[in-house]
Amino acid sequence: MKKDRTLKVTNLKKHFHIGKGQTLKAVNGVSFDVYKGETFGLVGESGCGKSTIGRTIMGLYDRSDGEVLFDGKNIHELDEKETFSFRKNMQMIFQDPYASLNPRSTVSEVISEPMEIHGLYRNKKERLERVYQLLEEVGLSRDHANRYPHEFSGGQRQRIGIARALALNPDFIIADEPISALDVSVQAQVVNLLQKLQEEKGLTYLFIAHDLSMVKHISDRIGVMYLGNLVELTESEQLYSNPLHPYTKALLSAIPIPDPDVEETRERMILQGELPSPIDPPSGCVFRTRCPFAMEACAQQIPKWQKVEDKHYVACHIYNDDIKDKRPIHGRATETIPN
Amino acid sequence: MDKVLDVKNLHISFTTYGGEVKAVRGVTFHLNKGETLAIVGESGCGKSVTSSSIMGLIPSPPGKIVNGSIMYKGKDLTKATDKEMRKIRGVDISMIFQDPMTALNPTLTVGTQLVEGLKHHKTLSNNEARKQAIAMMHLVGIPNPEERMKQYPHQFSGGMRQRIVIAIALICEPELLIADEPTTALDVTIQAQILDLFGRIQEQLGVSIILITHDLGVVAKIADRIAVMYAGKIIETGTKREIFYHAQHPYTKGLLHSVPRLDLKEAKLIPIDGTPPDLFSPPIGCPFTARCPYAMEVCDKVYPTHSKISDSHHVECWLQDDRAKLVAGSTVTSK
Repeated sequence: MKKDRTLKVTNLKKHFHIGKGQTLKAVNGVSFDVYKGETFGLVGESGCGKSTIGRTIMGLYDRSDGEVLFDGKNIHELDEKETFSFRKNMQMIFQDPYASLNPRSTVSEVISEPMEIHGLYRNKKERLERVYQLLEEVGLSRDHANRYPHEFSGGQRQRIGIARALALNPDFIIADEPISALDVSVQAQVVNLLQKLQEEKGLTYLFIAHDLSMVKHISDRIGVMYLGNLVELTESEQLYSNPLHPYTKALLSAIPIPDPDVEETRERMILQGELPSPIDPPSGCVFRTRCPFAMEACAQQIPKWQKVEDKHYVACHIYNDDIKDKRPIHGRATETIPN
Repeated sequence: MDKVLDVKNLHISFTTYGGEVKAVRGVTFHLNKGETLAIVGESGCGKSVTSSSIMGLIPSPPGKIVNGSIMYKGKDLTKATDKEMRKIRGVDISMIFQDPMTALNPTLTVGTQLVEGLKHHKTLSNNEARKQAIAMMHLVGIPNPEERMKQYPHQFSGGMRQRIVIAIALICEPELLIADEPTTALDVTIQAQILDLFGRIQEQLGVSIILITHDLGVVAKIADRIAVMYAGKIIETGTKREIFYHAQHPYTKGLLHSVPRLDLKEAKLIPIDGTPPDLFSPPIGCPFTARCPYAMEVCDKVYPTHSKISDSHHVECWLQDDRAKLVAGSTVTSK
């Protein structure tokens, strides 16, 4: 079954000028598609550009290069009126449920504001009815409508944020680290709520997070990012069972599994060094400074984005048949790689 | 086995405008020599307050140790004077904090901060202190320590700063190390490096560790024993395997089921409904009653007695009571 593409991101770049003639290449040429009704996960460590992608797609940042097509329209070339209706279809859930709600507005004001702006309902009463309905959908009760955000716990606030994102009946929701500020037992509540809403409303999610175990749980497909670049993209089960990029392998093996027997017998690959600066990224492959397999070609050429098997894309010279000399230069490749 | 630390019936409260917050309500545990004890729980369960009280870092007022004892080397730390505590901190008991960005002084070089504790507690020449500091930086895996000594914290990355914090904590070779969420602020690949380091320093220095965390994966990796805290009480303790494979308390089970596992494919996560109780007026009975799927009438009214499942495995839950086992399945109401 060929699914409909709803979002097409092509060679997206977002560079920030930070003075002294320097540029921070937060996102440096990323391409992916998101299909209708799926959850697409973007993972990576802090500073890899995953949130910048979310914000650029949303139009909160202007792009530096490339294009973002949403339902066939380039979102950075919309006029004011078109932007207005685009916002109705794409909404965002933010990371920090404490900072993303106005402390001076009641819950009903928070949720009804988007409806008011878009003139969705005829009068206040109808809007309030819809607020009640939304609150119940996200697992709160209508009694909560007149309270202020500070009266709620983190998990409840995140539910309010979700209700606000749903207020305009969007098709597409960008969730930027929606659960990382929450306690473990509450994270599961919010993730289950997001899944329930997706089933009921046929929503499409772009789920941005650093916690690969949660991203794997919720996503159909996952893109792994490193220093402004997408390094691997595939279906979530495939990513776990057959990771190709050395960074993906290292990331998977770095995540501790809550099971002592598994933890003790796992082979692991511990990455040396730390993330280079995105102001002055390494030449060629950006991961080469930490990669145990780095070879001569890695410093010279940027690895191309290639399809290795069905629905599985990777940017790594190891899988490039044009490169003949694949001997590692660090001599560190003897480290065990879990498979 | 030798006990390094023995905490008995510890109660800690904080006076606020809203009333008295009973953050820790009768906590009892001990730590054996050379082991790693993980204290696991959600935010606000009292795990950080418990660990700060061992270091004598509860600000008073508003905080107050209402009752209980913390025995370390035959001395009750709750009764120690400030002067006595200063002799213990750093030398006998050290602490690593969550955020390496704020735990270091930005105006002093890393070398000065490393040597500071050493010179305070021991009579050493400058040169000798410097040598020890360099050796410690080497141990925690900081490349090029002679040069790095002269640098300031802002010149280090997050992972490197956490290594410095660890080096400062270990420089006087303490017997007990308290690590309060030491890897929460770090990225996973850096976390893996730091956890690896913990294993290495424990092997080399034989230090006993209390690890405060909410991440069950980290616990599975480095803990020997686990204490699960909820609403100011330790509701279950046991060895790592007892807790992960034979958890008895519904909260512990719930916690284990609510995290997704990288190596498995679950259709749905099983969350724990509701939120933890308010510690201004904690429930008289079991604090988990309102969220517990097996709650019985008694749970709400009387705090459960202490049940011993094995020498190392203890739990506080009415389901362990013989009377509950008799009726299990018939009247245990599943909400």
